Amino acid sequence: MKKFTTHSGLVIPLDVANVDTDQIIPKQFLQKTERVGFGKHLFHDWRYLDISGTKNNPDFILNAPKYQGASILLTRENFGCGSSREHAPWALEEYGFKVIIAPSFADIFYGNCINIGLIPIKLSEQQINDLFRQAENAELNLTVDLLNNKVFSQNTAYEFSLDKFHQYCLEQGIDSVGWTLNKLDVIKSYEKNMPSWQ
Amino acid sequence: MGNSTKATTAKTLYEKLWQQHLVEEKVGETPLLYVDRHLIHEVTSPQAFANLKFHNRPVRHPERTIATMDHNISTRSIEIDAAGEGAANQLRTLEKNCKEFGIELFGMGHKNQGIVHVMGPELGLTLPGTIIVCGDSHTATHGAFGALAFGIGTSEVEHVFATQTLRQTKAKTMKIEVNGKVGAGISAKDIILAIIGKTGSAGATGYVVEYCGSAIEALTMEERMTVCNMSIEFGAKAGLIAPDKTTFDYLEGKEYAPKGNVWRQAVSDWKQLKTDQDAEFDTVLSLKAENIKAQITWGTTPGQVISVDSLVPSPEDFTDQVEKDSCAAALTYMGLTSGTKITDININKVFIGSCTNSRIEDLRAASSIVEKYQAQGKSVSSKVDAIVVPGSYRVKEQAEAEGLDKIFKDAGFEWRLPGCSMCLGMNDDVLEEGDRCASTSNRNFEGRQGRGSRTHLVSPELAAASAITGHFVDLNSKGI
Repeated sequence: MKKFTTHSGLVIPLDVANVDTDQIIPKQFLQKTERVGFGKHLFHDWRYLDISGTKNNPDFILNAPKYQGASILLTRENFGCGSSREHAPWALEEYGFKVIIAPSFADIFYGNCINIGLIPIKLSEQQINDLFRQAENAELNLTVDLLNNKVFSQNTAYEFSLDKFHQYCLEQGIDSVGWTLNKLDVIKSYEKNMPSWQ
Repeated sequence: MGNSTKATTAKTLYEKLWQQHLVEEKVGETPLLYVDRHLIHEVTSPQAFANLKFHNRPVRHPERTIATMDHNISTRSIEIDAAGEGAANQLRTLEKNCKEFGIELFGMGHKNQGIVHVMGPELGLTLPGTIIVCGDSHTATHGAFGALAFGIGTSEVEHVFATQTLRQTKAKTMKIEVNGKVGAGISAKDIILAIIGKTGSAGATGYVVEYCGSAIEALTMEERMTVCNMSIEFGAKAGLIAPDKTTFDYLEGKEYAPKGNVWRQAVSDWKQLKTDQDAEFDTVLSLKAENIKAQITWGTTPGQVISVDSLVPSPEDFTDQVEKDSCAAALTYMGLTSGTKITDININKVFIGSCTNSRIEDLRAASSIVEKYQAQGKSVSSKVDAIVVPGSYRVKEQAEAEGLDKIFKDAGFEWRLPGCSMCLGMNDDVLEEGDRCASTSNRNFEGRQGRGSRTHLVSPELAAASAITGHFVDLNSKGI
């Protein structure tokens, strides 16, 4: 995993609640055996007018010229609900998103983001409403400072919290499997004491 | 919320399972839990295997992982190639990986093959007091046995392969109590949909839910699985039901369940797996079983659900702006008008299957409704295509031994081979744009069963009746 400390970028406001992972990456694109090739199918059914994905839907915000190059996705509650497919964060990351800001995330999706270094940031409903107003009225650029747990707009600093270990892993770009493999002794000693049926 | 009065020793079932699986809890690190059983399938495992190979790491305990093929297989043929090129490549990749890493695989046509959450329990791979994970969000199904079971992403699949552990932050606890006796014809699906209707689609995000109360205790194991299966649909990390005699009777003698003295020791340990009387939950929700009616979703999240005797809602029925907007968007997508009686909505597709409702009891329930209509000379409506997809080869074999396949086929249903099928439409079992489907599956998201398709989640009984009448039916008022 790459290290993440700070990121500045353009915000795209996706004003939809309960965006599920089927919507983020529909099932027909899950037949790959590699981790790449998902970005072009991100939000496929909303983004394209046809099944083959050749005609852009001009009404979908991702296709709006002013939001091209956006790297921070601002959205509503329960983002990433539904299927556990990690393909959803892979698609978001490959499209170019580094950060997702929402009032709440579905649990599995949130963990999947942390594991690939895509930063999920929870802010209050009020702060989210405030950011939506700003992003819809004018170009909004934000700076996310992971070391200090703050998101900065031109005038405001928004504080967020992250699990301390998650934060450490993201900042250091930790290989979490390697980290745990260093603890094999502890795991083996747990195994020695397990009941026979377990 | 528990406060200073919280007893220090009293624990919930979740807290007991957590404690028993804690490998290491260290300041500054997310706690490390032991994983007893890992279930895998073709879609969410290839990238995890690829990373293992890249790092030259072995699977630590291949005997704790079991693989099956379910998500994108054909339900018309047992040939791998019938699934299409992309799917066939994924299925062969699973075969190769399982062989290379020494993992037992139930491949195409194997007698144990089936949807991962149908296969695990029926073979006795799912045991109380264990932690079970799978790269699939409906892993909560196994919580019906008092196992802590939850869905994980592919990076976590890799972590389990390499270490047999996972890092997890502790969830909050929610008790959902359903007391009393459900009315005639009310199924486990109606109970869980009614719960989701009450909590909303994200009502349990951050929680592990324990279902309890007399109506839950009265359920069979298969019904309990239907309830726990949909825990994720209101955001819960996992759903649990304390194991009891029903659980032990179901498991005893199953192929992979412990035998002899180990079985006796296990049952004695499992009897301790219940929430202590004084334990406190962070949230408690109570429902009266008598008040639960047959449920039908009208919208595009499982929480957008109403009783069979209700009208399609309007955005004005909601106070919260986000819910108003979601209602309006869902009505547009679903092509519905507020105020329509839900029983007046016509459907043209029916899907009976999925890890929620494809077990033998589900097929018995659906076929008994079909038989009642057939006694009146009625069969599947000429305007409806209806398929029945058993959850596993064992379910299929049992259903055929009981003649259920014949009842369905005689009435005009298609009887297919096991698989996930139209629940997510990764194979060719997909709806066309504008199709309206009565489905026994678990998700009614936009495009879930095919781009532009409209899904209404219902019980197997209601799906069967809808196939015949061509619309939703209040089975109680029709005297069926």
